[in-house]
Amino acid sequence: MNELRFMDLKDKLISSFYAYEDHLQVTDQVHDVKVQAIKDFETLGFPKKKEEAWKYTSLNKLLKQDYNLFAQVEDALDYKEVKKYFIHEIDTYTIVFVDGVYASQLSSTTHDKIDACLMSSAMEKEKYADLLEKYFNKIAPKSGLNALNTAFARQGAFINIPKNTVADKPIQIINFSTGKENNLMIQPRNLIVVGENAQVEIIERHQSLTENPVFTNSVTEIFVDKRGMLDFYKIQNDTHHASLIDNTFIKQMAETHCSVHTFSLGGALTRNNLEFYQKGEHSNSILKGVTLIEGKQHVDHNTLVHHTQPNCESHQDYKGIYDEKSVGVFNGKVLVEKIAQKINAYQSNNNILAHDDATINSKPQLEIFADDVACSHGCTIGQLDEEALFYLKSRGIPAKEARALLTYAFANNVLESVKIGAIKKRINKLIANKLNVNLGFDL
Amino acid sequence: MLKIKNLHANVEGKEILKGINLEIKAGEVHAIMGPNGSGKSTLASVIAGKEEYEQTEGEIILENEEISELEADERARKGVFLSFQYPVEIPGVSVTNFIKTAINETRKAQGLEEMPAKDMLKKIKEKSELLEIKRGFLSRSLNEGFSGGEKKRNEIFQMAMLEPKFAMLDETDSGLDIDALRIVSNGVNKLKTKDNAVMVITHYQRLLNYIVPDFVHVLMDGKIVKSGGKELAHKLEEHGYDWIKEEMKMA
Repeated sequence: MNELRFMDLKDKLISSFYAYEDHLQVTDQVHDVKVQAIKDFETLGFPKKKEEAWKYTSLNKLLKQDYNLFAQVEDALDYKEVKKYFIHEIDTYTIVFVDGVYASQLSSTTHDKIDACLMSSAMEKEKYADLLEKYFNKIAPKSGLNALNTAFARQGAFINIPKNTVADKPIQIINFSTGKENNLMIQPRNLIVVGENAQVEIIERHQSLTENPVFTNSVTEIFVDKRGMLDFYKIQNDTHHASLIDNTFIKQMAETHCSVHTFSLGGALTRNNLEFYQKGEHSNSILKGVTLIEGKQHVDHNTLVHHTQPNCESHQDYKGIYDEKSVGVFNGKVLVEKIAQKINAYQSNNNILAHDDATINSKPQLEIFADDVACSHGCTIGQLDEEALFYLKSRGIPAKEARALLTYAFANNVLESVKIGAIKKRINKLIANKLNVNLGFDL
Repeated sequence: MLKIKNLHANVEGKEILKGINLEIKAGEVHAIMGPNGSGKSTLASVIAGKEEYEQTEGEIILENEEISELEADERARKGVFLSFQYPVEIPGVSVTNFIKTAINETRKAQGLEEMPAKDMLKKIKEKSELLEIKRGFLSRSLNEGFSGGEKKRNEIFQMAMLEPKFAMLDETDSGLDIDALRIVSNGVNKLKTKDNAVMVITHYQRLLNYIVPDFVHVLMDGKIVKSGGKELAHKLEEHGYDWIKEEMKMA
């Protein structure tokens, strides 16, 4: 890519696409989708700061870099070295990528009762053609970032839980980057289909193993059929040189229950575009997050819940604790269509600024066209309660531990709703490590 | 145990304590009485080390050590305890986890290992029985939704767990019905030994029927204006504070 130094990133990406187009090992159908996608990207480009949804998050710094688009991974990672990034305390299926390439020795896939495998292998198999035709690139809305991902994505997780099936174990999707390729750009593409009355729990993590910069533009499309259940846990605890744009889109049919927990504990720039589309009555969407960052880290939660059917619910609860010069953004949009009566939509964003230099931009956006709904939103920005700190200190708890205890307490109701104990423990531990305390118990 | 010499303190720039002298020996119970706004709670907060309260002059000596410069948590680990008049609600932290943290942080500071879980449980059981606290109570969030009586019982439970050398009870009787008052005072009395000391801050004689003081001090306008035995509390109950004001004028 170096010879193209003087071109801007968008042009570089487009010309590289055409250069590698002939090497695409995909069906004609997918090939056509990708060609259309690069054309869309050409028109739409990267998001601009003047767009309302990007007002507080600038990609400029990221877009000024040169990126390697095609990693060559030579040797495999040793499980012992990366074990700590897995939720290894429980039995799970794992789908692992290293620098965007599938790592079979770290993975444990299945086609037994459910499918937890690779996008590339699903695309090759005739039996998945229908599913792909129905859902691949159909749930993600048209945007520059989505189009870019569609054009370049080579790999990702494919998860299919058939009708009336409960996945017997949680599934972990882990994307490692090794830093062997400097300034790597990774574009994972996941598709998750939860059949009628089926259930699954998914854990996703992006993890850079070195200080070399990496830029991930990930797209995950999720379809949940009638009475299906999905619990998705995103662990974002990356290095100060890893940036992530996570685009996750969930289409829910009637009587479905979907939750996404996002734990943003580290990364250079993290942007979560998390969108729920309710397409059937009595569906419930739950969006929860804990953000705990410091330094110059930047975390942006940009959420959308689109209520298009009556009698549905959505609950959003995002907690943020910002230290030093970190910046947080919460932009939560709830859109209630005219037909969507008897909706109960709740949104809450509570923030603590632990330092004078920290910033939070919180913007609830409610667009309600129905007249018989219960929608509420609340946003708070404050500091840790001094009275509470004194109370804890008066019992012999040092200031650092007292602050940590109050931080835990602040984030606790988000952690409480995590259904997998091992994840809860892990998040507790990650938070304790960040706060540099050992409180000797789990909340 | 505790010596206070010429203690002056400001709250938001206004002088509240104007030269307090007080000595409390091990094994003693002292009561601090006085009208509203006389500085009783400020005295307790300053001794406990509340940062917003600025000590401008004087000394606070705990067992021969001047503690004025120490942080609140350091004072607590040296054995100072304050039972709050209005304990803070902390949702998300259970009573048990809170007390475990407090005990283990104190042990850590003393270079000791964490208390073994078994011992901790035993101690919690013993002390919660003393205060007639039900098991379920301990897993609730600290003070969240507690009744007035529950909050005060929880304060004394913490005192029982931490075993301080010098405990201050700030209006522990306020908001208590007669049964809760009996339980709380009974708890305090059982915790009283010849090696520790208690300072009771109260408006009313009522509590002092249960926790009998060796000395009673009257605090007015930031100064101790009269000291005496427990009979002084009876006199105050009967006649109020006006006669002391008269005495002061005459002097």
